[in-house]
Amino acid sequence: MATDASAYEEMLKGLWRENPTFVQVLGMCPMLAVTNSATNALVMGLATLFVLVGSSLLVSSFKRWIPKQVRISLYIIIIATFVTVVDYSLLALVPAIHKELGAFIPLIVANCMILGRQEAFASKHSIKYAVMDAIGMSLGFLIALLALGSVREILGSGSLFNVDLFGANFEPWVIMILPPGGFLTLGLLLLFFNWFTERRKQFLLKVAQADQSVAIVGVKDNG
Amino acid sequence: MKHNDPKLLLQSAPLLRQELTTPGAMKEVWLALLPTTLASLWFFGLSALLLIVVSIAGAVLTEWLFTDKDKRRMAIGDSSAGLTGLLLALTLPPGLPLWMAFLGAVVSIGLGKVIWGGLGANIFNPALLGRAFLLGTFPIAMTTWGSPSGLGDFFHLQSSNLAWPFMHGQIDALSAATPLGLMKFQQQTTAISSLFIGNTAGSLGETSAFLLLLGGMYLLIRRSIDWRIPTAIFLTAAIFSLAMFINDADKYPSPIVTLFSGGLLLGAFFMATDPVTSPLTPKGCWIFGIGVGFLVVLIRLFGGLPEGMLYAVLLMNAATPLIDRYTQPRIFGRK
Amino acid sequence: MSQSKNYEQEPSSNRLVASMAIAGFISGVIIIAIYLATFNTIKDNKARELRQAVFKVLPNVSYMQKLYFENNTLVIAKSDGMDDDMIFAGYDKQGKFIGYAIQGKGAGFQDTIHLLFGYLPEKQLMTGMAILESRETPGLGDKIFKDMHFVGEFVNHLMKQAIKAVKKGTKSHDYEIDAITGATISSKAVVRLMNAAFNRWSPKLSPLGQEPVFQMSKQTQGSLDSSQIQPESPNIQIGK
Repeated sequence: MATDASAYEEMLKGLWRENPTFVQVLGMCPMLAVTNSATNALVMGLATLFVLVGSSLLVSSFKRWIPKQVRISLYIIIIATFVTVVDYSLLALVPAIHKELGAFIPLIVANCMILGRQEAFASKHSIKYAVMDAIGMSLGFLIALLALGSVREILGSGSLFNVDLFGANFEPWVIMILPPGGFLTLGLLLLFFNWFTERRKQFLLKVAQADQSVAIVGVKDNG
Repeated sequence: MKHNDPKLLLQSAPLLRQELTTPGAMKEVWLALLPTTLASLWFFGLSALLLIVVSIAGAVLTEWLFTDKDKRRMAIGDSSAGLTGLLLALTLPPGLPLWMAFLGAVVSIGLGKVIWGGLGANIFNPALLGRAFLLGTFPIAMTTWGSPSGLGDFFHLQSSNLAWPFMHGQIDALSAATPLGLMKFQQQTTAISSLFIGNTAGSLGETSAFLLLLGGMYLLIRRSIDWRIPTAIFLTAAIFSLAMFINDADKYPSPIVTLFSGGLLLGAFFMATDPVTSPLTPKGCWIFGIGVGFLVVLIRLFGGLPEGMLYAVLLMNAATPLIDRYTQPRIFGRK
Repeated sequence: MSQSKNYEQEPSSNRLVASMAIAGFISGVIIIAIYLATFNTIKDNKARELRQAVFKVLPNVSYMQKLYFENNTLVIAKSDGMDDDMIFAGYDKQGKFIGYAIQGKGAGFQDTIHLLFGYLPEKQLMTGMAILESRETPGLGDKIFKDMHFVGEFVNHLMKQAIKAVKKGTKSHDYEIDAITGATISSKAVVRLMNAAFNRWSPKLSPLGQEPVFQMSKQTQGSLDSSQIQPESPNIQIGK
C-alpha cells in the first residue's frame, strides 16, 4: 500500500515541514487578528479547515473542466461559496463568537493559503491527495492559530478556553490581546520555530557525520 | 595596542584620534544621571532603590543571556545594558511591582537591542521601547503614581512593589496625579517651584527639573551629547506651548511648566540624544529635535495621554534613517 | 495527451463564459439555500439579544411597544424588525405605562457604540444601561459592559442634568459618575452618547399623563402583534 503511505505523507508535511504559518508565512491576516483567545483561534481554524478541504475537494474533482484562463476566478467562486456557508452557519449557531470574529470570517476568502493550495496542489493532484493535503495544511494552520491564541489568552486574560488559570489577583497583559501582542507573539514563535529547526538540522548533520565516520572505521577494521 | 617606548610607530590613517570610547561615553552618562538617581532615592525611598536594582539586573542578565559567549565580556563591560536598565527604571512609577520592572528590562534589551544585533544596531531607544511595552501591557499600574511620601524616609516601601509575579499590586491609598495629569484632567497647575525641586508625583527620575538640568549641562559641557537635539526640543516645545498658552491660559500650561514637567527634560537630555537612534548630521539633529518638541506638545495637549515624551522620541527614532538619508551633506562637485 | 492538446488550443470565449456562469449559478443556489436555512435562527438571535437588553434596562416590565416619532407625536411602529430610530415603551401586566427604553449610537474609542438605557419620565430616573454593540479595546474599553460598578452607576441615576464622567473617586455631585480607570475615553463616550440620546428624545416624549397606551392586537385578544415584544418567559421577573 505505497499510495496510502504517500497520501499520509502529504498530510504530515503540512503539520511541520511545510507548515503554512511557521514555514510559508501565509494567512497572516487571521493569524494576527483573531488569535486573542484560544476559543476564537479554534473556531477560525475549524472554519478554515472546512473551507480548505471543501474547496480542494471540488477543485480537484472538477480540474478537468476548469479552463486555465479563468481558473483563479473559479477557485475564488468555490472558496467564497464555502466561506458564505461557514459565515451563515456560525452566525446562526454561535452568534457570540461570530460577533468577535466579525469581518474575519468573510475575509477567509482572501486567505492566500487557501487559494495557494488550489493553485499549487489541488488542481494538479487526484482527489485523495488533494484532500489529504488540505487536511494537513489546515491542521498545521489550526495548530499555529491555537499556539498563538493560547499564549495570548493565558498572558492577556489569565485564562485558557475561558477557564480561569491564575485567580482573581492576576494582572492581565493588556497588550497581548491587542494587535501588537499578536505581532510580538507571532514573531517570537517564528523565532523559536526557526531556532528549533536549525538546531535539529545541525543535530542530524552531526549524527550523519558520526555514522559516516563509524562506517569508515568499520571498513578500515575489516581491511 | 599599547606600545611601551616605541622606537618606530607604524600606523595607518586616521592618525588623529579621539579619546572617546563606548565605555567612556557610557561612564559620562552614568555620572550625569547620578544626581537624579540619588534624588529618586530621597523622594521615593526603598521603592526606588529596589526598582533601579531589579531593572538593571534584568537588563544585564538579558544581555548576558543573548550575547555570544566570546562577546559577553565586552557587551557587559561597556555598561550600556546597565545604563538602559537605569534609564528604564527612572521612567517607571515608584509603586510599580518589581516583576514588571524586571519584565520591562528584559523586553528593553531583548526586543529593543540584542534582536537587532546588539549595541549600535537598534532602531529604537531600548529603554523607551521597554517603557512603551510596559505602558501597553500594564496601563493601570504604569499610570498609578504614588506621591513622594518618602522624602528622606529611606525605608519607605510601597506595598504594591512586592506583588507576586503575574499578580497585581495592592494599590496604596496615597495615589496622586502627576502635574501633567492634573493639568489635563483637572485644569490644575502645579507651582513651578515644586516642579523645579521635584516634590511632585511622577516617575522616579522625572520629578526634579533642577537635577536633570544639572546632569544635562554636565553632558553638554563634556560634549558627550549633541547640543542641537535638546536645544531644538526645548525651543520648539516652548514656542508651541507659548502659542497655545496665549490662546487659552486656563486650559493650556505655560511654556515653563511644559518644559519642567513630565519626562521632557529626562527624555531630551538622556534619551533623544542616544547616538545610536538619533541622526548623524547636524541638520538632521535639528530636524529630529524639532520633531520631538512638536510631537510632545501635540500629544500632551491634544492626545489622549497626559504625557507624550515617550511616543514623541520613539516616532522620531523611526524617522531617523529617513532624516539621515535626506540630510547627507552634498559631496563637493556633485549636483 | 488529450489534455495537453486542450491547453494548446485556446478555448472559445463562450466556453469560458459558460463555465463561469455555471459555477456562479451553482454557487448562488448554495448561498441562497444556506441563507434561507439559517435566516430564522439568525433573526431570532438578534431579536432575543435586543429583547433581553430592553427588559434588562427597564425593570418590572411585562410588555414593550415599539414606537416611532412622527408628526410630532409618538406612533406605534408598524415594522417587523427593529431599527435605530425606534424607542421602546414598557408596560406592566395590567397594561400600565412604566417607562421608555432609549437607544443611543455613536463613535466610541474604536468603533460605533450602540447602547440602550431605561428611563422613567415620571421620576426623571435612569433605570439601567446595556451595551448592544461595541468594539472597544478588549481588557480596557470593554469594561463599559464588563465592569459591574460602571454599569451599576446608571441604575437609579437621577437625570436632572447631563451626566458627567469623572475620575474614579472624585465624584462630588449627583450627576457625576465614576469613569473606568484606564478607559476614560470609552466611559466618556458612553456618557456622551447617553446625553445626546436623552437630549434628542426627552422633548419628544409624551407629556406626563398622556403616555402611549398599550394596545393588544384586536384580532386575537391577548396575543401580541409584531410591533410588540415580550420577554422570553413572562413569568420570570427580569431586571433584578
